[in-house]
Amino acid sequence: MAYIVLDKAKCKSCYLCIDACPKNLIVKSNETGSTGNFVVDFKDEDNECLGCKCCALTCPDLAITEVYK
Amino acid sequence: MQQVFKIPDCIKKDAKFTFCPGCDHGVALRLLGDAIDECGVREDTIAALCVGCSVFLYDFYDIDCLECPHGRATAEATGIKRARPDKFVFTYQGDGDFAAIGFAESIYTATRGEKVTSICINNTTYGMTGGQMGPTTLLGQVTTTTPYGRSAELNGYPMKIAEHIALCDGTAFSARVSLDSVPNIIKAKQAIKKACEVQIQGLGFSFVEILSSCPTNWKMTPQEAHKHVKEKMIPIFPLGVFKDVTKG
Repeated sequence: MAYIVLDKAKCKSCYLCIDACPKNLIVKSNETGSTGNFVVDFKDEDNECLGCKCCALTCPDLAITEVYK
Repeated sequence: MQQVFKIPDCIKKDAKFTFCPGCDHGVALRLLGDAIDECGVREDTIAALCVGCSVFLYDFYDIDCLECPHGRATAEATGIKRARPDKFVFTYQGDGDFAAIGFAESIYTATRGEKVTSICINNTTYGMTGGQMGPTTLLGQVTTTTPYGRSAELNGYPMKIAEHIALCDGTAFSARVSLDSVPNIIKAKQAIKKACEVQIQGLGFSFVEILSSCPTNWKMTPQEAHKHVKEKMIPIFPLGVFKDVTKG
């Protein structure tokens, strides 16, 4: 069961990780972040995450701090 | 369960990047930090930094850094490396810094074959000062100093930095990479690590030009900016390795 660790305090709402995730597991949340925009959230109810780390590689702000596979 | 991704040890634990949302500087800094960690030289690394968004590296990295006059990082890196040849010395600069204001220093550092590594972020504009025309600004690109778009007749052509550096006899490694997609980010990491290894082996000057987005000054969303890199920049600035002495 792969998963990512997300630090929402670092998210600047660029949403590049949403496009990068091949399983569409990263979505906009209802919480606002440091830029006043909605930060992202990781929703993996069916354990679909592959641990491919595409989101972490794309994130320019180190908001995805760890990936486990 | 195994950890497959972590923030490089080079980067301070509490570091919070101050770049604009979607700016690729953050990705480039992470890749460079990974390469330094993997080469095992973090305790022996000195960075020479100039002016521009790139200079913020010293806020985020847990290494020794020197701030240099605008464009002169490669000259100062030369001094550091000659005084302390046991240290790993790199510069991290923007395209305006490396290829316009400091091009004389940069090209002669490559010509002399100084054993330092330079990383140049090419975002086709002067980002920190508000988006003026830089040496790599594309033809037709609107900036604050080319409000009608860059014209070849008036402003000349965009400079291809990695090819220029590859022509110097002292250069051991010169490559151009991009950060617009995951496959290209993985290739960028390989090139940056190779540049670090070339310096550690003492083969000569190593250089990586990184095509990067500047959504704020391009007035685009981060997604549009990456598309712009892919569709407009890569055809003008082809990716690849232009010189690698380790491959004969």
